[in-house]
Amino acid sequence: MATCAGRDAWRAWGYMKQSAKKPSSLGETRINQEAIGARLRQLFDDVVNEPVPDEFLDLLRGVDESNPVEDVDLDGKQ
Amino acid sequence: MTGSASVRTTSDPVRDRAFKTELVGLIPQLRAFARSLTGDPTAADDLAQDAMVKAWDARASFEMGTNMKAWTFMILRNQFYSEKRRSWRQSQLDQEAAERTLVAIDDPSAPVALDELRMGLAMLPAEQREALVLVGAGGFAYEEAALICGCAVGTVKSRVSRARRALLEILQRGDYVRDGAPAGDAMGSILAQAERLSNSA
Repeated sequence: MATCAGRDAWRAWGYMKQSAKKPSSLGETRINQEAIGARLRQLFDDVVNEPVPDEFLDLLRGVDESNPVEDVDLDGKQ
Repeated sequence: MTGSASVRTTSDPVRDRAFKTELVGLIPQLRAFARSLTGDPTAADDLAQDAMVKAWDARASFEMGTNMKAWTFMILRNQFYSEKRRSWRQSQLDQEAAERTLVAIDDPSAPVALDELRMGLAMLPAEQREALVLVGAGGFAYEEAALICGCAVGTVKSRVSRARRALLEILQRGDYVRDGAPAGDAMGSILAQAERLSNSA
């Protein structure tokens, strides 16, 4: 597994799948929801952690050129 | 009217620079939110780029120091739904793509779980899915999510709650997609590249 948090999430996920046939207690529901929550954040964070394609920064450079103000460095420096 | 006034708000280089720095920092988040709405990486990046440029064009109306993340997410969401109204048919293609994705899964281990979750998300009504993504993954408070979605706080809470219950039920039944998933964007999921990370686990 990639991370510690990931490992815990996997364990909870496996638990959820195993318990699928049984009626859920409140405690089980909570564990299941936490597993889903961790997975959901992983799906989102996976994209957040991707490198940003050049087109994005190119676009912002483009708006600079069409703007009569001084050029703005994307690193935020003068 | 002074000489420096114009139809457009006068450019303030310092403010623009600060705005741009913050906007650049939000690009990864915008891409992730766009991915959750479209489910398609290419369409998502187009959407995120459009939203970024719109945010830049509207920078004069943004009050620095307030929540730019929520503001840009709202712009992106509005952009998505205004485009979507023009292309409802796309959802049919997405559905077929989702089914192919599911069929391709035969490894019962790690990578499946993310796909299961993605399929489960795809079965949720769009308004429940976006509420869950904003609160459960995007880090927004209910109040912020309500602003982004243009609805009441109680509505967001209710959508998130229903989304969580429905998702759990879908995943426990294990019948995502097969049992006549509602059309929607079956690929209206969080991402198409979870496999990359999961395969390396």
